[in-house]
Amino acid sequence: MRIHRRTLLALALATGLTAPSLAFAEDSIKIGLLATFEGPFTVLGEDGERGAMTALEEVGGVVAGKKVEIVKGSSDASPDSAVRAARKLVEQDGVKVLVGPLSGDEGIAVKDYAKTHPEVTFVNGSSAAQDTTLRDPAANFFRFGTDGAQWMAGLGTYAYNEKGYKKVATVAEDYSFPYTQVFGFMAEFCKAGGTVPSKSWVPIGNKDYSSVIAAIPDDVDAIYVALGGADGVNFLTQYQQAGGSAPLIGGSITVDQTVLTSKGKIRDVLVGTPSAGPIADTNDTPQWKAFVDAYKKQPNAFPSPSLFAHAYYLDMKALLMALNDVGGDVSDGGKKLQETLAKVSFDGPTGKVSLDKNRNAIADMYLTEVSEGTDGNLYNKLVKVVPQVNQTLGMAEDEFLKLGVVGRDNPSCP
Amino acid sequence: MTALAPTDKPAAQSILEKIGAGNIVVLVLLALYPAVASDFFLTQIGAYSLILGMISLSLMLLAGYGGMVSLAQISVAGIAGYTVAIFGLNNSGVHGFGWPFWIVVPIATLVAAGASALIGVISNRTEGIYTIMITLAIATAFFYFTQQNYSLFNGFPGYTGIRAPEFWGVNWRDPMPFYYLCLGFAVVAYAAVLYGSRSTYGLTVQAVRDNPRRMRALGFNVTAHKVVAYFYAGIIAGLAGVLLVWFNGRISPGTINVSAAINVLIIAVIGGMRHPIGPFLGAVVVVLMQTFAIDIVGAERFNTLIGLFFLVIVFVSPDGLLGLWGRIKPHLAQESLRSGP
Repeated sequence: MRIHRRTLLALALATGLTAPSLAFAEDSIKIGLLATFEGPFTVLGEDGERGAMTALEEVGGVVAGKKVEIVKGSSDASPDSAVRAARKLVEQDGVKVLVGPLSGDEGIAVKDYAKTHPEVTFVNGSSAAQDTTLRDPAANFFRFGTDGAQWMAGLGTYAYNEKGYKKVATVAEDYSFPYTQVFGFMAEFCKAGGTVPSKSWVPIGNKDYSSVIAAIPDDVDAIYVALGGADGVNFLTQYQQAGGSAPLIGGSITVDQTVLTSKGKIRDVLVGTPSAGPIADTNDTPQWKAFVDAYKKQPNAFPSPSLFAHAYYLDMKALLMALNDVGGDVSDGGKKLQETLAKVSFDGPTGKVSLDKNRNAIADMYLTEVSEGTDGNLYNKLVKVVPQVNQTLGMAEDEFLKLGVVGRDNPSCP
Repeated sequence: MTALAPTDKPAAQSILEKIGAGNIVVLVLLALYPAVASDFFLTQIGAYSLILGMISLSLMLLAGYGGMVSLAQISVAGIAGYTVAIFGLNNSGVHGFGWPFWIVVPIATLVAAGASALIGVISNRTEGIYTIMITLAIATAFFYFTQQNYSLFNGFPGYTGIRAPEFWGVNWRDPMPFYYLCLGFAVVAYAAVLYGSRSTYGLTVQAVRDNPRRMRALGFNVTAHKVVAYFYAGIIAGLAGVLLVWFNGRISPGTINVSAAINVLIIAVIGGMRHPIGPFLGAVVVVLMQTFAIDIVGAERFNTLIGLFFLVIVFVSPDGLLGLWGRIKPHLAQESLRSGP
C-alpha cells in the first residue's frame, strides 16, 4: 500500500515535469525579446525593452494582420545566461524570431548559438562587440544597431584637434564591448598623433575603483571612460571624491541617459564631456523628435531615450518591417524573412540605416557634448553628425581586418 | 545502484530491500522520462537538474554528514570545467590541447578533487559559519581571478565551443544520450554517497561531525577524515563540472560567480540535507522556478517570486522538501492503516 502511494506520487511528479507544450493560435506571431532584466545592467535592459515596445506600438502590435506576442527572456550580461535564456525562448517557447541580446559578449555567444538554429531569425538587441558580425558571422544573425567602434566615429579626432588632448588614459570594463569602444576611439586618436600611456580594465559590477584611480598617471590630459550603468556612476563618484580633476571623454554608454539621469555631484563633472554614439539627445530632426515623443509614452521612460532603447527600437522596427513584407510567414524556416531582412533599408530616428554583407548596419553617428538643459536635466548636445559610418570605419575590409582582433592589448600606442 | 553489493552480515535482506523499493521506482521513472519529455525538458530541465543536483550533492555530503558547509563547490566544478576546456578542444583560440576525452575527464575530475581537498585543508581549522565565510571567500576570489586572468582562464568571455565526445556512434550531447549520461553519473554519485554514508568511513565522518573532540581522543585523525571527505565531494563536483561544460558548450566566469555558488546552497537547503535525494529534489524545483518564473510574473519581478517561493519552503519546513515529506509520511501511513482491509 505504501509503495503504491509513493508510486502514484512519483508518477504525478513525473507527469508534471513534462508539461506538454501548449498549442497556440495561428493568427499570432511570437517574438522573443532577450534583455538584461537582472544583474548590473538591469536599468539598461529595461530601457531596451521600452525601445522595442515603442517600435511594436508604432504598428499597433499587429504585423501582416497577425497579433504580435512578446515572450521575454532575461539574462544578467554574462554569455552563459544569455544562451540559456535564448535556448528557452527558442526550444521551449518556440519563437521563430528573436530580438536581443543587450551586452557585448552575450551577442557573440548568441551568434554562436544562432548557427545551430538556422531556421530561427536572430536580430540583435544592442550588443555592440565587433566580432558579433565582423569575424565568423552567422547567416541568420542581423544587427541594425551598429557596433561599438562605429559609435566612436569622429571622437578621437575631435579630442585631439578641438579639445587639444595629447595624452589620454582609458578606464573601461573588461569585456568585448568596451574593447571595441576603446578600439574605435584609439583608431582615430592615435592616427591623429595622440598617445594612450595607460589602459585600465575593470570587471563588470566592480564597486571599488580606488586602485584604478590611483593607477591613472598624473600627467594625462584627459581620461577616456567606457563604463556602463551602475559602473559608470560608481567610478565617476569615486573619482570625484578622490579629488580627480582631469577632464573626461565618454564612451557611448558612459554619458548615456542611464548615467546622466543619476543624482549627485557627478553631474558637475560630466558637463562638457565629449562623446560619440548612435544618438544625440538634442538632435532636432523631426524623425528623432517623433521617436522621443513615442518613447516617452512608455512606462517609467527616461527624459530622452538611451542608446539601448534606440538600438532595440531599430532592430525591432526592421524586423517588423521585414515580417510585414513576408506576410508574417516564417513557415519556410525563416528563409524569406532572412532574405528580406538583409535588404531592409529605412530612415530611422537617426537617419538612414542599411546592412552590409555581414548583416551589420551602416548608419549615421553623432558627436556630442554633455550640457545642462533648461529644465535642469543633462543632455548630450549634438556637435557634429558623421554620415553613414560602416563597420570598417571607412577602410578597406582586408586592411581593417589586419588591425587584428580587438582586445586588452590591441590597439596600442603608449 | 549496482554499487550496493549485498554484504554478508544480515543475510535475510534481499537485494531489493537493500536498495529500497522507492529508489528503484524513482530510477525506473527517470529512465522512462525521455519517452514523455520534449527535448527542452530533457536537457534544459532534466539534465541540468541532474548536474546541479550532483554539485549540490557534493555540498550535501560535506554539510549533511561532515557538518562542513562549503560554498566553494561550484568553484570545484568550475575547475573541472576549465580543465576540460584547456586540455580538450575549444574554439576560443587559447590553449585547447585537443587531448581525447578519456584522458581529459579523469584529469579534470582529479584536478577538481585535488582542489577540493586543498580547500578542505585551508578551511579545516574553521567551523560553522566561519567555514561558510572562508569557502565563500575562496569562491569569490576564484571568480574574480578567472574573470581577470587571460593567460589561463581567458578572462570574461571564457572558453566557447567545447563539445561533448562522440563515440560508439553516439553524439553524447544529443538530448537523449546526454540525459542518460547525466542520469548515469548522478545515479552512481547518489548510490556512492548512500553506500558511503553507511560505511565505516561514513559513520566516522558523522561521528566527527557530532563530536570531534571525542573522536580525536579516541585516536581518530579528525583532520584527515575531513580532508578526505572534501576529496570525495570534489570527485562528485568535478564530474558534474565536466557534464556542465559539455551541457553549456562553454565556460566563463559567469558559470561560477557568487550567485551560482549561493544557488548550490539554496538547492541543498530547499531539497534538504538529510538524505542524498534532497539535492536532486531541490535542483528540480530551483531549475523549474528559474526557468518559468519569468512566464508567471513578467520580467520585472520574477526574481522576487523565486525568492518568495524559496522563503515559503524554508519557512514551512526548515528541513526543506525532505522534511516536508518526513512530516507527511506518518499521516499517510496512518491513513493506510485506517482504510486498509
